[in-house]
Amino acid sequence: MTWMAWTLPTAIFFAAIALALLVLIALELKRPTLTSRGWLPMATTRGDRFFISLLGAAFIHLLWLGLTPWNAFYASGLASVWLVVIMAKG
Amino acid sequence: MAAMAQNKTKDNRAWLGVLPVMLIVAFSGVIPLMTVVNYSVQDILDFNTRFFVGFEWYRETLTDPRFIDAFLRQLGFSAAVLAIEIPLGILIARGMPTQGLRASLLLVLLATPLLIPWNVVGTIWQIYARSDIGLLGVTLNQLGFSFNYTAEPLHAWLTLLAMDIWHWTSLVALLAFAGLTSVPAACYQAAELDGASKWQVFRHVELPRLKGVLVIAVLLRLMDSFMIYTEPFVLTGGGPGNTTTFLSQYLATMAVGQFDLGPAAAFSVIYFLFILLFSWLFYTSVMRSEEDS
Amino acid sequence: MNRRYRLSRWVLAAYCVYLILPLYWLLTLALRSNADIAGVFELVPSNPTLANFAEILSNPVWYEGFLNSLSYVLLNTLISVFVALPAAYVFSRYRFLGDRQLFFWLLSNRMAPPAVFLLPFFQLYSSIGLFDTPLAVALAHCLFTVPLSVWILEGFMSGVPTEIDDMARIDGHSFWFFFTRIFLPINRSAIGVTVFFCFMFSWVELLLARTLTGSEAKPIVVVMTRTVSASGMDWGVLAAAGIFTVLPGILVVWFVRQHLVKGFALGRV
Repeated sequence: MTWMAWTLPTAIFFAAIALALLVLIALELKRPTLTSRGWLPMATTRGDRFFISLLGAAFIHLLWLGLTPWNAFYASGLASVWLVVIMAKG
Repeated sequence: MAAMAQNKTKDNRAWLGVLPVMLIVAFSGVIPLMTVVNYSVQDILDFNTRFFVGFEWYRETLTDPRFIDAFLRQLGFSAAVLAIEIPLGILIARGMPTQGLRASLLLVLLATPLLIPWNVVGTIWQIYARSDIGLLGVTLNQLGFSFNYTAEPLHAWLTLLAMDIWHWTSLVALLAFAGLTSVPAACYQAAELDGASKWQVFRHVELPRLKGVLVIAVLLRLMDSFMIYTEPFVLTGGGPGNTTTFLSQYLATMAVGQFDLGPAAAFSVIYFLFILLFSWLFYTSVMRSEEDS
Repeated sequence: MNRRYRLSRWVLAAYCVYLILPLYWLLTLALRSNADIAGVFELVPSNPTLANFAEILSNPVWYEGFLNSLSYVLLNTLISVFVALPAAYVFSRYRFLGDRQLFFWLLSNRMAPPAVFLLPFFQLYSSIGLFDTPLAVALAHCLFTVPLSVWILEGFMSGVPTEIDDMARIDGHSFWFFFTRIFLPINRSAIGVTVFFCFMFSWVELLLARTLTGSEAKPIVVVMTRTVSASGMDWGVLAAAGIFTVLPGILVVWFVRQHLVKGFALGRV
């Protein structure tokens, strides 16, 4: 496993994603999602919104790192807001 | 998925059926991807001597003028490919006969370039376009153009475009052809009775029925041209200079040529994110048009 | 669609010429000796020779390259189709937890540039001792051939009415009997198309095949690029090798021509 070069931050990152997936699966089993229409231009399920918010968060980071000289933690803050907004209202 | 109209049974035991696929794609897809993310946040001298550097490689890559150039070149290439191949493919499809031996032979001829190994496509165009032994190169030079794709960036670009058009326009044409055969003859007759012009027939009779296949054609061509590697590698080797070095080739040089694990990994992640975005667009539009029909 | 447009006809005719010319040139160069190619420029070979083809069939570097390629391509096709068949069946017949997400995830693997996976693949296969074996390339190519197979097969299988499943159940056949004796034979053309596309995409891939092999399992695509970079520039032999790699596709395409478009469109037409 040494070739995978694990670090604590990436391990936490992947663990968080795995946990989120488990939570989504549990929620889905307990209360199946209906496609709903929010701010986004199409109807989405909970899983769709999760994917959109993650992908969006990644692009927020890329834009931040590419266009501004400031610390990436601000981007993470911005991305968290985006994540919550899309999950709740998307 | 296809044919949403078909009533599907809801049954989570179906997971047993996808398990083998899951395992094999996890092995060849997920583990490598996690590894790339791990590499991308570290400075790796060897696997026992490595330092966490956070997003440093990302920032370096995103502000690296060579990366930005390669990215813009890639966008330009993909845009040019789409702008030429889609209209050309539709025109070709409209010229195709629908029945008979001639139709079958034409179909096979059109399909031929799609089935040639990609490096051989590069080789074919190399020996076709070279200014010393190539039919195209020699002819152009005898006509008075001093054509040399190994020295002139513009010529290299035109040759690459000509090659890609040769290689992939058939795909668009075959897809559009499949779409056109679904237009009922009655629609044409009705349009003729209304005295519709050729353009109006195309715009209002054919184009709506082509929408589904064209979405597929555009997105497939976009994504495949976005990861083009083999053909330019063989034909121009990315040159002259770096003028035809696209993203995949730039990344391959970084990863295998120089073995810069960290920066190459950050590059890979950025590249993959764009592909993920395109794939998602592809998926949502294909599924939407399948649900519509 | 019997209403023909003159412009489209002309475009089609011109495009056919455009398609044929490079292929014709490949053939003429394959039929000429190197000295001849370098010496004179001629549209029709005046001294045709089969020496280039003989060279490929007799030189171990060339035919071993072909055999190496063939071994990983066959291995890959076998693995891909076997794991894809049950998956495509359940995708076409059932709704289950995360089915759409899974289907999308497969697509994103099909679309992923091999260059992205270059670094980890090299490390992965080196660490488990598979580097420079056909199995390493076969498994690496599964990254895109498995999703491709699932998507194509699912497209075809969705077109098979579910009544067939119900009838088999009513007749008292076991699921296993139904799947292997009834369902798969119905889908044999779909399986044929899938085999064809797995074969093709694995056969044409260069980057991973080159990175994951050394001297032992060197595939034909790599042998060809090495000849190009050698200073000798053996154009005639290169062209002949090109002919050899083009032929299988052209021979097979006649049989799958009806389904070709569907295969290229990942089963979506």
